[in-house]
Amino acid sequence: MKKELGILTLLILLCTVTAVLNPRFISAPNLLNLANSIGLFGIFSLGLGLVIITGGIDLSVGSVFALTGVLLAMALTEWNWPWPLAAAMAIAIPTALGWGNGWLITRLKIQPFVVTLCGLLLYRGLARFIANDGTKGFGNAEGFEMLRDLSKGKLLGLPMPFVILIVITVILWFVLHRSTYGRYLFAVGRNEEATRFSGINTRLVIASSYVVAGGLTGIAGILLAFYTNSISPSNHGSFYELYGIAAAVLGGCSLRGGEGSVIGIIIGTALFQVLQNVVNLLGIPSSLNFTVMGAVVLIGVLADQIIQKRAARKQLRV
Amino acid sequence: MTTSPLLEMRGIAKRFPGVVALDDVNLEVGRGEVVALCGENGAGKSTLMKILGGVYQPDAGEIRVEGQPVRILKVTDAMKLGIAFIHQELNVLDNLDVAANVFLGREPLLGPFRLIDQKRIHADTEPYLKRLGLNISSRTRLDRLSLAQQQMVEIAKALSLNARLIIMDEPTSSLTLSETERLLALVRELSQQGVSVIYISHRLGEVALCADRVVVLRDGRNAGQLKRDEILHDRIVSLMVGREIKSFYVESAARRVAGFLQVRNLRTGRYPARAVSFDAGKGEILGFAGLVGAGRSEVAKAIVGLDRAATGDIKLGGESVPVGNPRAAIRRGIYLVPEDRRGEGLVVGMCVRENITLPSLKRFAPFNLIRRDRERKTAEEQMVSLKIKAPGAETLVLNLSGGNQQKVVLGKWLAMNPKVMILDEPTRGIDVGAKAEIYRLMRALAGQGTVILMISSDMEEVLHVSDRVAVMHEGQITGVLERADCTEENIMQLAVGGTVAAARAADMN
Repeated sequence: MKKELGILTLLILLCTVTAVLNPRFISAPNLLNLANSIGLFGIFSLGLGLVIITGGIDLSVGSVFALTGVLLAMALTEWNWPWPLAAAMAIAIPTALGWGNGWLITRLKIQPFVVTLCGLLLYRGLARFIANDGTKGFGNAEGFEMLRDLSKGKLLGLPMPFVILIVITVILWFVLHRSTYGRYLFAVGRNEEATRFSGINTRLVIASSYVVAGGLTGIAGILLAFYTNSISPSNHGSFYELYGIAAAVLGGCSLRGGEGSVIGIIIGTALFQVLQNVVNLLGIPSSLNFTVMGAVVLIGVLADQIIQKRAARKQLRV
Repeated sequence: MTTSPLLEMRGIAKRFPGVVALDDVNLEVGRGEVVALCGENGAGKSTLMKILGGVYQPDAGEIRVEGQPVRILKVTDAMKLGIAFIHQELNVLDNLDVAANVFLGREPLLGPFRLIDQKRIHADTEPYLKRLGLNISSRTRLDRLSLAQQQMVEIAKALSLNARLIIMDEPTSSLTLSETERLLALVRELSQQGVSVIYISHRLGEVALCADRVVVLRDGRNAGQLKRDEILHDRIVSLMVGREIKSFYVESAARRVAGFLQVRNLRTGRYPARAVSFDAGKGEILGFAGLVGAGRSEVAKAIVGLDRAATGDIKLGGESVPVGNPRAAIRRGIYLVPEDRRGEGLVVGMCVRENITLPSLKRFAPFNLIRRDRERKTAEEQMVSLKIKAPGAETLVLNLSGGNQQKVVLGKWLAMNPKVMILDEPTRGIDVGAKAEIYRLMRALAGQGTVILMISSDMEEVLHVSDRVAVMHEGQITGVLERADCTEENIMQLAVGGTVAAARAADMN
């Protein structure tokens, strides 16, 4: 928890300053909007976090969004599939792709960066081909209102993506921080060899993290598709994997593996979304959006490193 | 007046905390002379060579090169004096070509941008390759070469540095027979060209073939030397051993059940042509002696299923254990305390509790949710019974001393009721006090009926602790010695590939 304290402080500070500068920040519509996007981004960032904790990376998330978004829209509006079947497909495909990634990485020993970079290109192209480069949408959601409401409706006044994120966060917190599987993820990320010597099936542990990440990407993909309601295969979800990675890193995950937490990833995601919001509210030209995000991640990581070094020195002195 | 020898080391002493590594050691090498340096593991050979290479500074003594006193403070000092090292593990960049390796850091430059002069670097490399009789292009990438050829490239590099003395540390350990012959011929040639060689090897046959003189170290002192016509296998061995050993040997209290662990025709990925067979009894400590690289660790890893290429039959208490499946071995209570503690034994970035419970985590997790209180209880029990000195169970393992880290590795398996415990160099880098504790633990464990296999390169340790000793040489068990026949001399003879009347063939019952 101590590790997340720094970034939590940063988040609170940012929120306070923004609220003072522009009271619209704490208006109900703005907060609900913010909660919605934190939900959308948090779900797949958690999956990415698991992969990063094993020492891996997944660059294909954004392209998977395009692929499943296109397929989902076409299944519902053009092929007239029943919505539960279409939704199941939209989750099953990314899960299967995650399994494929895991297989290539653990069995054929291809580097995660390379495997998922190829995925990034492959799925994006596939999405454009399937949609014939046309934009797909859900229209009035006739016949699948239920799925639409599950994706962009509200529960107890909260946007659905946020509610789903809370549920997933609670589950993943137990999985990562209390279950044997979670412990193995950390152990594999720290020292795969020693973990293997302890009789743990490290290949299965690593591969499964990509499967879980795939499943979460699938869920986020449905929510995102309904949120945008218009899926242009050439840019839908583009760069999203980088948002997820940035959020995980800001939240204390190390790209060397073995470090990170569910709470940290959520705070990292929130910080990122608030930042985007701040850029809008404070009248900073939106063209500077990426620049601001880049600077904040850099500052966050630098600050973390300084704090870590200090802590290490303190421990040595004791 | 006679000219002074190329190298004189006089009265060299070096102490490390708790150990005297070298005590009043002398070494002299003449021009063009091939001096073989022999001694057991830990006799002080590498420390002496590290002093020559500027890695360590001697606490006392003098080094003279051509009669002039010199100080070697860093590696480059040795280089300037014309001293070059060919290490057992090669120091080459296998992603670069031969010329780039030979002239690394000294590339000939050309033009206003000071780019590498490609023509010259290759032209300058070729003569060295010719001189060594190496029939390869200077443009070949190192990863396209065999280990023997890569070694030749290192020798070419040494020659290009005008080396007058080349130190070869176990140069033939990964070479084939014909490659070894070529290297030995080259050593003779270099000597005829006036280059001196210090040849460190456990293979006494090679030493007898190429050395002008053999210098033997024992326990950090000069044990004696042999001139060209005195170099005989047995004479080297008797100089290498012959130290008094205080015995801490304690007989196992447990009733032995002979042949509880049976290993038959075990072939490892490293030595697929050599089959290893042996038996070990319940309650017994079977020592595995041999020189470094004899294949003992490979056998250990194969038994616990960590060598996917291994084949053979392993039976524990009459039941067959699948080979190449670490989880199956662990399920049957066969555990390994590996040699590389920090790389393979521990996740040093995790705390003591997490390390101790890692292999048995499921037991602490009803419904798959870890109960940290139970984990902590077990970890603390192990910390007390193993006397692990740490502020608490939450201390990161990387903050512990070597001895305490080793106890954590032991703790993770002791919490799981071991049937067979394999310890690979269990006390390497551990201070004397912790060593004694680990010996006591091993004995106690054997007393409870565990089969203990202990791999050790420390002769004293092998003799102290083992009930029987299996000696390995180049992937094979050359003999198994009963307690009464466990002398340093016998072990050494078997370790260098000789035979001993008292030794039984390994697979005889």
